[in-house]
Amino acid sequence: MEAYLNLFVKSIFIENMIFAYFLGMCSYLAVSKTVKTAVGLGLAVIFVLAITVPINFLLDSYLLRPGALSWMGEAYADIDLSFLSFIMFIAVIASMVQLVEMVVERFAPALYGALGIFLPLIAVNCAILGGSLFMQQKDFSGVTESAVYGLGSGIGWLLAILAIAAIREKITYSNVPAPLRGLGITFIITGLMALGFMSFMGIKL
Amino acid sequence: MEEKKKKTATTPTVLFVNKEKEPLLSKKNRKLLSDPMNDNNPITVQVLGICSALAITVQLKPAIVMGVSVMVVMAASNVLISLLRNLIPNRIRIIVQLVVVAAMVILVDQILRAYAYDVSKQLSIFIGLIITNCIVMGRLEAFALGHGVWKSFLDGIGNAAGYAVILIIVAFFRELFGSGKLLGYQVIPDALYEMGYVNNGLMLLSPMALITVGVLIWIQRSRNRKLIEKH
Repeated sequence: MEAYLNLFVKSIFIENMIFAYFLGMCSYLAVSKTVKTAVGLGLAVIFVLAITVPINFLLDSYLLRPGALSWMGEAYADIDLSFLSFIMFIAVIASMVQLVEMVVERFAPALYGALGIFLPLIAVNCAILGGSLFMQQKDFSGVTESAVYGLGSGIGWLLAILAIAAIREKITYSNVPAPLRGLGITFIITGLMALGFMSFMGIKL
Repeated sequence: MEEKKKKTATTPTVLFVNKEKEPLLSKKNRKLLSDPMNDNNPITVQVLGICSALAITVQLKPAIVMGVSVMVVMAASNVLISLLRNLIPNRIRIIVQLVVVAAMVILVDQILRAYAYDVSKQLSIFIGLIITNCIVMGRLEAFALGHGVWKSFLDGIGNAAGYAVILIIVAFFRELFGSGKLLGYQVIPDALYEMGYVNNGLMLLSPMALITVGVLIWIQRSRNRKLIEKH
């Protein structure tokens, strides 16, 4: 339990997708103009990350990893399909996003209306594929661990986009030098926030 | 305009021949190459492909390798999608694009592992992330789906070059000020260190990549005023 909590906190704060690895920056910059849309996208990212990371973990450990096919018999034990992982992961992500979109549309039309165009966009959000690729590098021991990691990274992403959206809403009222307006100042603010987030480094639960 | 129309109506073959003879690097095509360098830069203006641009710019060498990889992937997938553009059903085009890009990225990744293992270790997951690099998808959507093969090829090369230029500039400053080296060779003389010069370790931390890009945008927009945003 303690290990899970540790991983959870670590994936939210210390290894924050945006401030430590800059994953999902494109949509982070494009959709952070208002808090409302930012929250919508953040929720969708949490949702998809928490689903795709464990699925890709199962795929990785029973299909792709060197020796993963040994459950099929001795003859398959030394097959290494790991070069296929990019294409498998992205296929899982694209189809999961499609599936999630259909399920949400059917059972939660209000949420579907709120998320709108962001759901399909998530398929090409680097944070999602990045989550799966980091999962592959980290050698998790079980599905639960990877699910906790996926959920934590998603929450970290939501926190980051929520914070920048709130700051950007306020900054429209301040007098920023003209060439720095919009994109430039957002970059610099994100940099300063990332410096702040570095203070979480070294925290161990 | 009116006159031209009349002409084409009477002698359609002339227009066809003219079109055929359009030089490979006509003015319009050159624009495809040069625009992304400045006015329509994928990173500082279109805001595409930021994720990988920031994470791998601590040193110059991985930044160059990444720029070249993106260029290969973009040129190849732009050409492929442009060839297939009339065959792809509109509804599943995103998945088709992702599969084509993923196949290209796997090729690049395997080649890097075979010939440049150290750099490929340094780039870790970021080669894989070219698949979801928004520049690649964005240009496929915005350009290759609606244009011919040669133009799409040029567009791919141009945008990848615009991306690589920013990467290299950021990496240049970060490596120079962060560790006093360029491409792994020391460039700041020892005499300067003896006089009390110290490397700025802050430049090696990831947040400084963001701030460097922010300053680059600042410089670019104060030189090119039409890019300034209202808010």
